[in-house]
Amino acid sequence: MGDKSISKSYFSLAALLLFFLFSGTTLFAQHNEGKTDENWEGEVLEQDFKAGDMIIEHISDSYEWHILTWNKTHISIYLPVILYDRGEWHVFSSKHLHHGEASYEGYHVAKEGFNGGKLVRTDAEGNEVRPDYDISITKNVLAIFISIFLLMWIFISVANSYKKRKGHAPKGMQSLLEPLILFVRDDIAKASIGHNYEKYTPYLLTIFFFIFFNNLFGIVPFFPGGANITGNIGVTGVLAAFTFIITTFSANKNYWVHMVNMPGVPWWLKLPLPLMPIVEIMGMFTKPFVLMVRLFANMTAGHIIVLGFVSLIFIFGHIAPVAGYSVSVVSVAFSIFMDILEFLVALIQAYVFTILSALYFGMATEEAH
Amino acid sequence: MQIINPGLGLIFWMTLAFLIVLFVLTKFAWKPILASLKEREDSIEDALQAAEEAKKEMAALKAKNEELLKKAREERDVMLADARKIKEQIIGEAREKANKEASIIVEDAREQINSEKQAALVELKNLIATYSIQIAEKVLQQELSDSKKQQAYVDKLLKETNLN
Repeated sequence: MGDKSISKSYFSLAALLLFFLFSGTTLFAQHNEGKTDENWEGEVLEQDFKAGDMIIEHISDSYEWHILTWNKTHISIYLPVILYDRGEWHVFSSKHLHHGEASYEGYHVAKEGFNGGKLVRTDAEGNEVRPDYDISITKNVLAIFISIFLLMWIFISVANSYKKRKGHAPKGMQSLLEPLILFVRDDIAKASIGHNYEKYTPYLLTIFFFIFFNNLFGIVPFFPGGANITGNIGVTGVLAAFTFIITTFSANKNYWVHMVNMPGVPWWLKLPLPLMPIVEIMGMFTKPFVLMVRLFANMTAGHIIVLGFVSLIFIFGHIAPVAGYSVSVVSVAFSIFMDILEFLVALIQAYVFTILSALYFGMATEEAH
Repeated sequence: MQIINPGLGLIFWMTLAFLIVLFVLTKFAWKPILASLKEREDSIEDALQAAEEAKKEMAALKAKNEELLKKAREERDVMLADARKIKEQIIGEAREKANKEASIIVEDAREQINSEKQAALVELKNLIATYSIQIAEKVLQQELSDSKKQQAYVDKLLKETNLN
């Protein structure tokens, strides 16, 4: 029986290696687009593979959803571009941008800088400026739509099975998700907020599962995963803003008293220079800011490392194919390790974001004692 | 730098999408799920409490039974002790009565024996007197003929006389 399981695990390892080699090939092809006459023996070193650009491209938002490249043919989902600029609407398919190579209706994708990867137009002075409003359905927006659709579908069906199987033990998806729901309710909401936790539990459950699902989707390297949603500062910013708004609006008198006139602190920390109030009010804003940065940085860093390991294969492959293949073994091993770590991080970050939000709600609603 | 530049459009769509998911899930998923979880927990709590109460009731019933049994046993012991006492009493009385009767019978027998004996003695005395008279009569008849013979005859008569 031991031999059997060992051979089985070898088999799955081999399958994984093959898979990574395959996905590596598509990556390689993609980043040599536009180069003509690829020649392994010839000027390989001249076609420099820019790992940094590749990584940034993979963790950034984009106007099309590139799925794969097969024999130099791109297979992408072209998403709609919606711009409102100088009093005019511009709505067109991202197909016209030719993977960021062409400009359409005066707009093109900026190559680098702060606005890199985003649509810009060139103004009279020759500077690249963003249109007034850019509400295009980008890759991340579509990924968010897919994930919220999945979230709603899964949890409404779970809710239905609760209704159907009233008073019975959970089954299937229900029993998979019930421990997590109970964990969020009992160990996050109840433990951090206290007696009036019930008001906040739906929000906490929503952010927990939103972050957790999207973290997991971010690890999956192909459609419909692969979009770096929770590693996007805009997305984490919105989530943190929700926590901030709920905290601020549910704050009671006690919270504001602590903010302005912290009890139990020497008077000279408040007068004449209001040191404590300044620190407290700054803290009010730094808390959600840190929430935003923590999730963004953790998810982005994980993706960068995995992509970095994959890039190593191509960097070595450009020196010599043999080197590329030999490095691939090590790279794939490390990538697998990182993916497993990211799986853990996906859960931990969802937990951390949720429990900190719950703690802030708890602080805001704490009664004077 | 571009990765820390949040897209305005993304923020707009994310806010919209998140509000939708928050609203929909709260209304159609979290509320029913949390309600049924609570209901289930309550029912489990109730069931446990009921079981605890049943256990207590059982214990009380058992204690009551034990008490009853103990009482019955005590009663039985008392009854047995009473029965034994009565039995002994009856036996004692019977024995006494028997003794009394026996002694009465013995007394009667003794009296009868005595009276019989008296009668026998009287008869014996009468017999002896009769015999003495007869002897004296015969002696007197012999003495009249020969004194020697008379003597010899008396002896012979005496020898014949069997004093029983």
